[in-house]
Formats: sequence, structure tokens, C-alpha cells
Amino acid sequence: MADKNLIGHRTGVFSVDVEKGRLRFFAKAIGETDPIYTDEAAAKAAGHRALPVPPTFLKCMESEGRDVVELLNLVGFDLGRVLHAEQSFVYHKMAFAGDVLTFDGFISDIYEKKGGALQFVVMEARVTNQHGEHIADIRSSLVQR
Amino acid sequence: MTVQYSDIQVGDEIPLLKLQPVNRTTLAFYCGASGDHNPIHVDLDFARKSGMDDVFAHGMLSAAYLGRLLTAWVSQSQVRSLSVRFTGITLLGHVPTCTGKVTEKFEEAGEQRVRLALRCTNQYGDEKLAGEAIVALA
Repeated sequence: MADKNLIGHRTGVFSVDVEKGRLRFFAKAIGETDPIYTDEAAAKAAGHRALPVPPTFLKCMESEGRDVVELLNLVGFDLGRVLHAEQSFVYHKMAFAGDVLTFDGFISDIYEKKGGALQFVVMEARVTNQHGEHIADIRSSLVQR
Repeated sequence: MTVQYSDIQVGDEIPLLKLQPVNRTTLAFYCGASGDHNPIHVDLDFARKSGMDDVFAHGMLSAAYLGRLLTAWVSQSQVRSLSVRFTGITLLGHVPTCTGKVTEKFEEAGEQRVRLALRCTNQYGDEKLAGEAIVALA
């Protein structure tokens, strides 16, 4: 069982640049066909100031700045036995290519189910942009089977 | 054509999104583009050592497909939240299909909003993700 004393543990603050090439690569990887996610002229015509960060990409940016293996070691999880159980995003403002996003994370819960056969760790992060505007809150729940 | 709150009824389905079958190339691209470098999704040897028969899709790939379902329906600026539970593993050859159904119409924070129940299933109808989104409508 992961140490419940880790609830509330700050997992660090870091900033990540939103790169437009990276957004295009992501769009390709998810088969995105809407040109606003790859073509700046189309994004601007749709009223966006640059290529938008699509809804789930915030999680990708978070994993770029955080060493997941180190975090798993902290809670005693083994990468080969870990599955993503839940993921949620609450959006306050959109983010765009060229922004610098800051992620401020913490462990919000640790619990077990099925008499300890399944162990859960829940991590949350507050995301802000370079102007200090609140972009989103993201929450990830991992389970070790 | 903009989706109007007054035109939407509880029980309405939004246009579904059917994807291409998931293959190893899909997973290699998603590994690189997402930054999720967990070898269990791309390295057969690692997957077998971890007790799996083969590599399998990132749950977040299907979550991204649900994001596409939403942003194909409304502008992303109207999406207030998205949450997903990973209820099954998407294997190679599975054909993800994403659907959304309006479960509630309500006003919150001075906006008209709808709650959607989201699902991603494979070609056999097996659920892989269940989720929920809140979208603001004019």
C-alpha cells in the first residue's frame, strides 16, 4: 500500500512551452481532420489567436515536465503494473501555441479497493499561462493491479 | 452551423466519430506525439514481460478521440470539462467509435450548459472509456 502520508505531497511546479510543431504532430497522431488544429490561417479564421491546445493535450504537456517513473517510485508503483484509471479536465480558458503553461501539482488521494488488490493514486495539477490566467485543473487517477 | 441550446433535447445523440483500426503505427505516433513513453504501448518484449500478450493502446489516445468528438460538435471554447474512466483495454485491431448523448440541460455560471454522457467502444460494442463532458451552448 502506498503511504497515505503522501496525500497532499507537492509534486513540483514546472513550465512548458506550447510548441506548434508538437501540436501538429499530436493532431496527426490522433487523426485530427479539423484544420484549425494544424493550419494557423484556419485557426485565426475560426477566431483563435494561434493553434489551439486540444482538450486532452494538457495531460501530455504535464507528463513532459514531470518524471512519471520517479513519481511512481515515490508511491511504490511498478510501471509495468500501472494503468490509468481516470482522467479529468476542467477548463477555464483555452491555451494556444506560443503560450508557456505552468503546472503546479500535488497528490490528492491514495486509497485501495478489493482488499488491497488494487491501489489507487490520484494526482491533480493547476495549470496557468504566462499571464497568470487560470487555464485548467487536471486530475489523473492511476491504479496498480 | 452553430448548435443552439434551444434546439437540444435531453436524450439527443451528437454526431458520432468512428476511427480507423488501431495498429502499431497508431501507437508509435501517439507515443511520440503525446510524450507518454511507457514502453508497454510500443515494446512487445516489455509488454510480454509485464504479463500482456501484446502491446495495447494508450487510454489517453481514446480520450483524445473523445476530445475530437466534442470539438467536431462545438467550438473548443465552449467545452467546460471532460472526464473519462478507462473501463477496458483497446487492443490492436480494435475500431474505436465515440458517441455522446445529452443527459441534462442546465444553467450554471450565467451560461446555458449541457451535460453529455460519452462512450468509446470497439467494433464489438465493448466499452473502453466512459466519460462525461459539460459544454456551454448559446
